[in-house]
Amino acid sequence: MLIRRPGDILPSEITPKDVFLNRRQFMTAAAGTALLAGEAAAALKGIPSRYSASEQPNSRKEITSYNNFYEFGTSKEDPARNAGSLKTRPWQVVVEGEAGKPKTFGIEEILKLAPLEERIYRLRCVEGWSMVIPWVGIPLASLLKAVQPTGNAKFVAFETLNDPKQMPGLASRVLDWPYREGLRMDEALHPLTILAVGLYGEVLPNQNGAPIRLVVPWKYGFKSIKSIVRIRLQAQQPATSWNLAAPNEYGFYSNVNPAVAHPRWSQATERRIGEFLKRKTLPFNGYGDQVARLYQGMDLTRFF
Amino acid sequence: MLLRLLQSGSLWFVLSLLPLLRAVFLLWQGELVNPVEFITRSSGTWALVFLLLTLAITPLRQMSGWSGWLQYRRMLGLYAFFYAVLHFGIYLWLDQLFDWAAIVRDIIERPFITVGMLALLLLIPLAITSTKAMMRRLKRRWGLLHRLIYPIAILAVVHFWWLVKKDLSEPMIYAAVLALLLGWRCRAWLFGFTGRLKQQNVRAHSPRRDPAG
Ligand code: HEM
Repeated sequence: MLIRRPGDILPSEITPKDVFLNRRQFMTAAAGTALLAGEAAAALKGIPSRYSASEQPNSRKEITSYNNFYEFGTSKEDPARNAGSLKTRPWQVVVEGEAGKPKTFGIEEILKLAPLEERIYRLRCVEGWSMVIPWVGIPLASLLKAVQPTGNAKFVAFETLNDPKQMPGLASRVLDWPYREGLRMDEALHPLTILAVGLYGEVLPNQNGAPIRLVVPWKYGFKSIKSIVRIRLQAQQPATSWNLAAPNEYGFYSNVNPAVAHPRWSQATERRIGEFLKRKTLPFNGYGDQVARLYQGMDLTRFF
Repeated sequence: MLLRLLQSGSLWFVLSLLPLLRAVFLLWQGELVNPVEFITRSSGTWALVFLLLTLAITPLRQMSGWSGWLQYRRMLGLYAFFYAVLHFGIYLWLDQLFDWAAIVRDIIERPFITVGMLALLLLIPLAITSTKAMMRRLKRRWGLLHRLIYPIAILAVVHFWWLVKKDLSEPMIYAAVLALLLGWRCRAWLFGFTGRLKQQNVRAHSPRRDPAG
């Protein structure tokens, strides 16, 4: 297992030095000219976490210029190109359903629910590529606990913003908008599951799901829903976007599993962005020690 | 002068290399986040484009009445083969790392790979028999053999259609172009059926060497 103990290196020390220095210079300059929070690339530091992987993170450029966010277009260059139109302040997240204290949170309130942590996680896309990403965020559990889930809360449903004025990709009907995702309650409360609000010690860029997104590192990337506006606690398993689009290809669980092939391609290997050769995909994306017990007794070829 | 240049085969030969040069330049620049994906897709796309261009020659000739179009057809077809071989080579090396067991499994199990492989295999006899000497030797059978271009193009579009995750807009464009090109021939054949006499008349005066049509 690649669990890092506290006091290990920060990605700032691993990032290619020139990249990091440039950013630091920029940030110093920004502070000097009194740029305040809310501006692009405002600092948002997190304390190191023992849940971080000890692998070298991908560069900021790789992470921010190559990803899927269909609300801004279906090619992986589209999000970086088009997400400038997303307005991330003010931003509210409705938390409702089976909760003793349902509540609508402003994004600033969420930032104060728990100390921000830096979580360096592997991310495995269902398409067969992967990255290592230094997120900044809080455990999802700290938000859920704040609304006091009732005994009926067995699942958590998430929804992305659905505003065609800000999201040009919504004009195309590739998916049934709004984008929806869901977790079982025990998955949602697992300490690895976070709400990310930052990347590389800065505010999360729009194309990566600003201002707040889910990160579930042992599941395929599409489970980690972006730009969340609604979270609902409920008794039934929620419908999820990719499952609705192609039920035989994308299951509700979508745990990273090299043994279960996608009907149209193998999941046994992956291309880590920046590496020349492919590497073997690990069960639960290498987080098996922490999460395999959640699925004990389940047939993972059936519940894929 | 301009017409001369446009008609010269070497101009089109060099233009057809531009997609490769562009890919090499972008690789050399080192700014691509997923270079292997880029060259896989780029080579596949251009193989398909050249297949469609090859199929466009006959309609162009029939519409324009200029038979000079024919001189480009072999080159376009060979470029389709060239980019398809590059595409397959990239797959064998950078995608599968020459893991032959995995490759065989992949070809059998993944329908989009199966049809792609079939398209490439069918292109091989066409490439081998593309020379003038072969054309002469095979006579009528040459034309029959080269009708394989139709199933090849269909397989290539199906390959693209089956590999996309959700957004079918790009394969749909290629499918539409292919439908137009094949539709043109159906129309021509129907006409040919009713107007066969007239056509035979024409043929007697202008011996053509493109039974593949
Ligand atoms: C005449 C033969 C072929 C043609 C015209 C062709 C064409 C294409 C096209 C148009 C694409 C999609 C490009 C894009 O996404 O923009 C593609 C992708 C691909 N093709 Fe082919 N192909 C052929 C043969 C093959 C063969 C023989 C293989 C392997 C055995 C293969 C494997 C692939 C793979 C792995 C991809 C990438 C899929 C992805 O990126 O998700 N192709 N091809």
